[in-house]
Order: sequence, then structure tokens, then C-alpha cells
Amino acid sequence: MMRLRIGLCLASVFVASLALAQGGIDKRRSGYQDMGPSLQKMQDDGTANPGMLFVQLGAQAWATPAGAANKACVDCHGASGATMKGVALRYPAIPEGADTPADLEARINLCRTANQKAAPLPPESRELLSLSAYVAHQSRGQPIAPPDDPRLAPFRERGAALWAARQGQLNLSCAACHDDNAGKKLAGVTIPEAHPTGYPVYRLEWQTLGSLKRRLRNCLVGIRAESYAYDSPEYVMLELFLMERARGMAFEAPAVRP
Amino acid sequence: MANVLINAPKTARRGEIIEIKALILHPMETGFRPGTNGSIIARNIIERFTATWNGDEIFRIDLSPAIAANPFVSFFAVATDSGTVSLRWSGDEGFQVEESIAITVE
Repeated sequence: MMRLRIGLCLASVFVASLALAQGGIDKRRSGYQDMGPSLQKMQDDGTANPGMLFVQLGAQAWATPAGAANKACVDCHGASGATMKGVALRYPAIPEGADTPADLEARINLCRTANQKAAPLPPESRELLSLSAYVAHQSRGQPIAPPDDPRLAPFRERGAALWAARQGQLNLSCAACHDDNAGKKLAGVTIPEAHPTGYPVYRLEWQTLGSLKRRLRNCLVGIRAESYAYDSPEYVMLELFLMERARGMAFEAPAVRP
Repeated sequence: MANVLINAPKTARRGEIIEIKALILHPMETGFRPGTNGSIIARNIIERFTATWNGDEIFRIDLSPAIAANPFVSFFAVATDSGTVSLRWSGDEGFQVEESIAITVE
């Protein structure tokens, strides 16, 4: 009887721990896990990942003075860029003195106009992408950690609403593919869960580095919807929602994607 | 501005076959694409890549417009003597880049 009771007790402990473990399993998949092993190796190898060319360019831009103030990033943030560790994990965020959120690219441009007294870099320009790749690379391997700023909540909610809203000639929402049908095939390609784990990302289709904004525009064109202007707040709202959705996932920038 | 990433062993045993990998930032514009104003964007590709080991040519390729941007080249060589491996890229619009790496053969 005693032995049976100990056995039952052990069994229940086992079941409880199994349930706990399964509850703790993260079922989210980064696009990395849906790539073939050769592309995964390409991303992991710092001398085969073409995104690292842009990180190298970014390191040069980081040390180059610009604007009327003739200041370089190194003058305030230090030469190593290590001060930027963790920064890409928490953007979009509300910069000091502002009341609307800005993404990493917008934050870099804010630093340029406010502190360097230089003209903002155009969207998707090589210099802007290089700088954001350099900053984002400092956070590689760390978990995505959006800030707990209550002011972000309404923007994030609007992002979630955009995510769920059907639009375009195909009348699709982001959620229709990336939530409801993720993991299935679309014309031979696995539909990813759309976690922004590696932006700016080197996309083989683009043959260059591109921001999350470019990727969102890409999907908008795909569902035959009108894409928002580059400076419109909709992208930032979607980015806010996506980063929260990917909270805790490992950051991979600069990632490689097909 | 040259922007190159090279992956090669720093040391090798004599007679060992080593792999040298090189990645370079280049648009590889085909010369077949029309620009936003309808006129053709001029071709701008890397035409030739050569590798020399202590001055002796060990590897050469001609690149074509069909090759993707930021070409990645990987090749094998037999380590014979310690010295310098020079990698040279040359192409349209006077593109000339040379990068050297030192390899010690024991």
C-alpha cells in the first residue's frame, strides 16, 4: 500500500512537471527555423552573412563626423558601440520629449537632426540601414524586450487592429496569413509567423539589406493594398505590436532570409 | 570604399587543402534593367576575381551580369609555403579592390 502511494505520488509529480514544462514551451517560430540549413549557416557565419558587410559600413559611419555640429556617434556613445547593446530590443519607443513612438531608424535620424545638426538620412538609404544594422547587431542573441511604457499601449492597440484588419484587393489581413495559416505553404514557400527577430534583414530576394518597414510594404503590395507613406505612423504601430508579439524571442540582426 | 569579409585559416599544415572564402559589397547592376525614367541603368559588375599566393595565381573567375549582388566566392588551395594570399576584384567603372591575408604554413 505504502509503495503504491509513493508510486502515485511520484506519478502525479511527474505529470505536474510535464504539464509545467509543456506550458513553458515556446511554440513561436522565428523565420530562421523555417529556412534550410545552408541559409541558417549563412546567417550564423559572420564572414558569409552579407548583412555583416553593412554592419562593417555602419561601424565606419559610426565614427564619421557629420552635420553642422561636426560630431560623430562615437563622440557621445563611445567608440565600441557597446553602449547600444539592448537598444534595438526595445524599439519602437517614445523618445525623450516626444509623445509619439519612433522606431530605430527614426531614432537614429532624430539623433542626426537634433545632435549632429545634419539632414535626416532618407528611408532605406545605405547609410541609414548600415547604422541601424550596426546598432541592432550589438543586441544579437538577446531576448526581445519591449518597454513597459503605458503611453505605448494605445499605439500598440491600433497596431493590433491594423494587423487584424482586412485590406487590399485580395481582402486579406496580416493575421489571415501569419496567425491563421502560418507554417502552411503559399506557392511553395512556408508562411512565416512574422516575428521581427532579425531586422534590418538581408533578404536574398532584395539582394540588399532592408528594414522592417520595407518588409511590411512588401506584404501590403502582396495583398494588393495601398502601402502607407514611408513616414506614416501606421508602420510604427505595427512594429510595436509585432515586437510585443515576439517578446522574449532571440534577436538575430542582421538576419538572412530568402 | 572597399568593404570585404574574408574567411581563411591563419595557419595550415604543409600540403593541407584549405578553403578561402571572400564576400564583397557590390551592387552587380546587370545593365539590363530600366530605371525609373525608362532609360537603361548602366552595367556595373565585377568582371574578374583573381587570387595569388606569393604572387603566383592560384584561382581566377570571370563574373557575369547574372551573378547576384555582393558576390561570395569560395575556393580551395593547397598550402605550400608561408606567405601572402592576395585577392583582387576588378570591374566596371574602374572598380579595383585588393585585400591581402597572411597564412603561415608549418
